[in-house]
Amino acid sequence: MEFEQLYQEIILDHYKHPHGRGLREPVTGSSVGEAHHVNPTCGDEVTIRVAADGDVLADVSYDGMGCSISQASASVLHELLRGQHAGQAFKIMDGFVELMGGRGQVTPDEELLGDGIAFAGVARYPARVKCALLPWMAFKDAAVRAGVAGSSPSAAASEVQGS
Amino acid sequence: MTTITIPEGMPQYGDVPRFDVEKVRADFPILGREVNGHPMVYLDSGNTSQKPRQVIDAMREHFEHHNANVARSVHQVGTEATEAYEGARAKVARFVNAASPEEIVFVKNATEAINLVAYAISNSPAASRLALGPGDEIVISEMEHHSNIVPWQLLCERTGATLRWFKVTDAGRLDLEDLDELVNERTKLVSYALVSNVLGTVNPTSAITARAHEVGALVLLDASQGVPHIPVDVADLGADFLAFTGHKMCGPTGIGVLWGRYELLEQMPPVLGGGSMIETVTMERSTFAAPPARFEAGTPPIAEAVGLGAAVDYLTGIGMEAIRWHEKELAAYALDALGTVPGLRIFGPTTPVGRGGTISFGLDGVHPHDVGQILDSVGVEVRVGHHCARPLCVRYGVPAMTRASFYLYTTTDEVDALVRGLEQVRKVFG
Ligand SMILES: Cc1ncc(COP(=O)(O)O)c(C=O)c1O
Repeated sequence: MEFEQLYQEIILDHYKHPHGRGLREPVTGSSVGEAHHVNPTCGDEVTIRVAADGDVLADVSYDGMGCSISQASASVLHELLRGQHAGQAFKIMDGFVELMGGRGQVTPDEELLGDGIAFAGVARYPARVKCALLPWMAFKDAAVRAGVAGSSPSAAASEVQGS
Repeated sequence: MTTITIPEGMPQYGDVPRFDVEKVRADFPILGREVNGHPMVYLDSGNTSQKPRQVIDAMREHFEHHNANVARSVHQVGTEATEAYEGARAKVARFVNAASPEEIVFVKNATEAINLVAYAISNSPAASRLALGPGDEIVISEMEHHSNIVPWQLLCERTGATLRWFKVTDAGRLDLEDLDELVNERTKLVSYALVSNVLGTVNPTSAITARAHEVGALVLLDASQGVPHIPVDVADLGADFLAFTGHKMCGPTGIGVLWGRYELLEQMPPVLGGGSMIETVTMERSTFAAPPARFEAGTPPIAEAVGLGAAVDYLTGIGMEAIRWHEKELAAYALDALGTVPGLRIFGPTTPVGRGGTISFGLDGVHPHDVGQILDSVGVEVRVGHHCARPLCVRYGVPAMTRASFYLYTTTDEVDALVRGLEQVRKVFG
């Protein structure tokens, strides 16, 4: 059935058993940035908090409410980005954004995206791409606010707004 | 379904006007299509209705044989186009029992109709009975579509007036307990939905219009979800303005209607300036045409008006009373059927009394987005989200809802398909 492509078991699993959910107090000395993004069409909400220790994302914590796609995406984001060097984190983010923009035509790089490849099917449903991207756009803003290099703030807001 | 025996001598269920829903469905070409390999079950008519062949044909016929601009041509085709456009106005006037076709202003949609009134009010000179200022109040309700909230918020910002609102009860009815306090000597306008686009509630009118008129306030009814589904008679309702939108009543997009009592329309200053709305123009100033032309600046949606006229003919042919009953029976059937789905919560009236065929609900532990997506995978098209009524979602403490909305072509089989689809949803997210 169609929806099985969209609701890969991995996604449902992250939704029902989110990894590392909840905003955590950063260790002292780290540089912290937080962003709260809302999808105005459906009311989904995600808050991402980035705690950077120099060039390393010491913690990426999150909270939110919404559909399975947006909340599972936040859980996967946490898994993929926590503890990464900023450069690698942005590489992963770019890979995920590219996958979501690919209308199902992009072959995901499992090495890079891990559980994120489960979202490949979501890219075929334009109405749901925004759900999957919501935490990633919040991350982008949070990273800028945490002063992590290599991130640009402008695209983030515009991509989740609209429609 | 619970059936009640009606005592002899009273009107029986059998006396109710009915129609053959399969015959009606045959008029709607799109209802034959599939979605994701399943026959389409279209339960999103509250969003926009489907269009019968009669409407599609009327618009094609207009373009193929009568297309010209209106009101400014002496030639034959222009005369035909003008007659078609004005003919549509007359049909719409009869449909809602307006005193004359001149009480019907064609606009783009219900949103524009409401905004037209709001801007006419703020354009009114201080001496006008329509003028609004600090200390004056506008009353709306918590169950309004954003189209009937935001224009009034903006109007209050422009004029310094205060916005107030009726609350909604847990059962999904307007809370009229404070009617006399809420609608008072300071109130200039009361604007609310005749039928809620989320809860399906059919709101009362006589108590509210009586109180409003007692204190000298005007009443605007947002009938976007009313006119398509129940017989509407403006003489009977006692309101001063009525707004509705063509695309929800089997007509095309791009055309809506503002009905207003003529003596009020006459007092309203123009909102948009341009061609067709003037009487005479000099380089210094202009004088304006009488309503409805005063409010129809520029080339209007001509073919769309023709389509709306055809839609009105179509609905009249079936009978609005029969359509009301069809949807009432569907609502009764659906409320019963949805009641069997574990973890399902209905927002709004749970009995088929004082409500139409629009039902919003939540499913425990599953986000409406996910509900809608899985229903779509089996061909069931519902709306999910806040339905442009965010304050109402906040009122019920949820970020979003799933909504099934019925129309004259909806069947009980389709309600069954919805219920089966919800079982599927529960399986995936169970
Ligand atoms: C109650 C109500 N009012 C107003 C509107 C706005 O209609 P339109 O978008 O055609 O202007 C709608 C439709 O969504 C509605 O349901």
